[in-house]
Amino acid sequence: MFAFIVRRVIQAILVMLVISLVGFSIKDQIGDPVRDLVGERVSPAERAEIAEQLGLNDPFFTQYSRFVKNAFTKGDLGRSFLYNKPNLEVIFEHAPATIELVFGTALIIIFISLPLGVYCALRPKSILSRFAMSFSTLGVSMPVYLTAILLIFLFAIHWQVLPSYGRGDLIDLFGNGWWHTGMLTIDGLKHLILPCVSLSTLMLPLFIRLIRSEMMEVLETEYIKYAWAKGLSPARVWMVHAFKNTLLPVITVFGVQIGIMFAFTLLTELVFQWPGMGFMFLEAVHRADISLLIAYLVVVASLFVFVNTVVDILYGFINPTVRITGTK
Amino acid sequence: MKKITYLTLSLLLALSFTVSAGAKTLKVGLDADPVTLDPQVQLSGGMMQLSHWVFDPLVRWTQDMDFEPRLATKWEKVDDLTTRFFLRKGVKFHSGNMFSAKDVKWSFDRMRKSADFKALLDPFEGCYIVDDYTVDFKTKKPYPLVLNMATYFFAMDSKFYTGTDKNGQPKDMLLKVGESFALNNASGTGAFVVTKRQHNVVLEMERFKDYWDTKSPGNVTKFILTPIKENATRVAALLSGGVDFISPVPPQDFKRLDADSKVKLHTIAGSRIITFQMNQNRNPALKDVRVRQAIVHAVNNAGIVKKIMKGTATVAAQQGPKGYASYKDSLKPRYDLDKAKALMKEAGYENGFELTMMAPNNRYVNDAKIAEATAQMLGKIGIKVNLKTMPKAQYWGEFDKRVADMMMIGWHPDTEDSGNFTEFLIMCYNTDTGYGQYNSGYCNPKVDEMALAVQSETDIAKRSAMLQEIEQILYDDAAFVPFHWQNHSYGAKNNLRVQPIINVMNFPYIGDLVIE
Repeated sequence: MFAFIVRRVIQAILVMLVISLVGFSIKDQIGDPVRDLVGERVSPAERAEIAEQLGLNDPFFTQYSRFVKNAFTKGDLGRSFLYNKPNLEVIFEHAPATIELVFGTALIIIFISLPLGVYCALRPKSILSRFAMSFSTLGVSMPVYLTAILLIFLFAIHWQVLPSYGRGDLIDLFGNGWWHTGMLTIDGLKHLILPCVSLSTLMLPLFIRLIRSEMMEVLETEYIKYAWAKGLSPARVWMVHAFKNTLLPVITVFGVQIGIMFAFTLLTELVFQWPGMGFMFLEAVHRADISLLIAYLVVVASLFVFVNTVVDILYGFINPTVRITGTK
Repeated sequence: MKKITYLTLSLLLALSFTVSAGAKTLKVGLDADPVTLDPQVQLSGGMMQLSHWVFDPLVRWTQDMDFEPRLATKWEKVDDLTTRFFLRKGVKFHSGNMFSAKDVKWSFDRMRKSADFKALLDPFEGCYIVDDYTVDFKTKKPYPLVLNMATYFFAMDSKFYTGTDKNGQPKDMLLKVGESFALNNASGTGAFVVTKRQHNVVLEMERFKDYWDTKSPGNVTKFILTPIKENATRVAALLSGGVDFISPVPPQDFKRLDADSKVKLHTIAGSRIITFQMNQNRNPALKDVRVRQAIVHAVNNAGIVKKIMKGTATVAAQQGPKGYASYKDSLKPRYDLDKAKALMKEAGYENGFELTMMAPNNRYVNDAKIAEATAQMLGKIGIKVNLKTMPKAQYWGEFDKRVADMMMIGWHPDTEDSGNFTEFLIMCYNTDTGYGQYNSGYCNPKVDEMALAVQSETDIAKRSAMLQEIEQILYDDAAFVPFHWQNHSYGAKNNLRVQPIINVMNFPYIGDLVIE
């Protein structure tokens, strides 16, 4: 297991180096950050001076090696022009909002797709199953942006039962400003509902269908037939024998999809003015904050590698054969 | 245990009710929040709005483009070069320090060092303290716009900003990127004290209890500003009751606001003109005044205002809007397709020609749509347009390089005077003097000469005549394609008395806002 983790860490570093290099090479295409720091009247000479002060005029490799050096020696990923704070601080400030959004969405997905998927597999011909299947087709084909606007229109404007934007009342979780959570106040939870629901419409149908088909497949296998033949109770056959094996591929997909979901929060966060990382990223693109963009790419890359590693390890616990090959 | 919880909860509830009696909270949703708390770091609309809430200028513009005393109670001309301002007594800063002439001088001297304000303050020679409540502003040459500029003289609390911060740097350091005390702390004389700020998330302010302007009808006690970038979300926030006041309102949502009985739409004519410039150096066809006239005649700018801007803009045929000294009533919009075709024929371009066009897509209201419509309209007189639109972050770089034959530019003069339009958009592009910084194509030495003469002409009637003559020359020369002056738009709940606090500059004076 140890060797496996070490290998993963080395992979992660390589991935991040490549990503930061890509980020650096496209940064001049995004725009001139100095333009956003000054009013439109400021003369080109003044602008050039500011660019010089910020080190933007240095040759490509001077800038890149400075970035890599600071990243490795000081853990410093540079400073955001837009927020005027160290990039890491900006990213960590915005991370809780996105993590809570994804967490809430994951909860919705798990608690709806698991029972519904299993039910659809066991009773494929029932009305509820058919309804769930057709509804999920609708969910897949509706863009998140549209779903979000529709939800806002219905719940925030028409019925006025849920708030339309922002995070609401927050509580400082550790008392040091690291994590402001909206999950512990009624107002904060209310604010979470619409964004989470609209984000979940993207993945929920996929998981209902995935669990359903996996479960159906497992139910057809020899050992389930054998279990039936042994005269085991339906509950035991379904839950212990069939369901547990259904979960394996579902967890793999879940891990990958959670990562993708972090990327998909972009639109949801924009529509709901959700101050998370996706929103921050869009702002950075709009305002040509290249420093923050590169730092964000690196952080996201490391996050992806981390999540995948965790999934691989989890996988090992559920399926011992993976662990054996993993430690060869 | 449960009982105690209930008891405390109901107690808290009761308490919060007593506290909120008389308290008026205003929740505002704008498309962006101020980038910093330092009023002198960046010259932008958002920063000016903040300056009017947290600080006070010597004088400010009223709705009908007059000057209103703020920190200066009256002013007089001492001689050709000197204007004397008499300052208000008994004004307190948020920190508790008393306001006096030295704060005015200190703020002025600091502003001169700011990259953003430097050029604007160039006509000034300096600020001199006469006594504790009197200051003189001297200019290098006779300067007709001293009062216009005095609307930028916000007083910062000199005592508060003096000294060094925890990093050992001077508190008043002017910094774009980095740590500076002034970037994150503010003490002004304005109606609101900043209590909490998380950039791009929220800015909270409370009414200053020692605010000098006790005659102000404003009754907002707490002011919470949330940036809501997405147009649809901002409108939804107002319609759902999440915020009380939004700006800007996208034109496509005007009908929705009108239809809702709980909210009201307020608009006011602005002075930002939207134009296309025609680059004569890049495209030889544009050297011919007949071709330029044909282009101006082919563009149905009234139609664009009606269809694309949904009526929330004023059709333009010159640089400065009505109310400006330069405004000439006889200059009318020129849309006339037949004449345009005739002019093209006369110029020998009967079969048309090709040109490139560029416009931003997130800088001005409906900028990309306006460009697309223009490209189509030019198609009708045989001009084939290759249009490219892009976000402003990339657009300005392209504009600097003047890479297209026709480029869109919108301009709002900081001085609220049309001389500023000419200096930036029309005068020959000159990197040494900085004139014509946003001019991509027209150059007329005669106009340059006149624009420079206007700068030091203090006779109002003469000056106005000169400015009008410039407008006439530009009109006859078809120096640019005029579109419209953008309106400012605000959406608010019915109980907000918005109309008295809005103005041409788009600085809603929230300090004077009344919530019924």
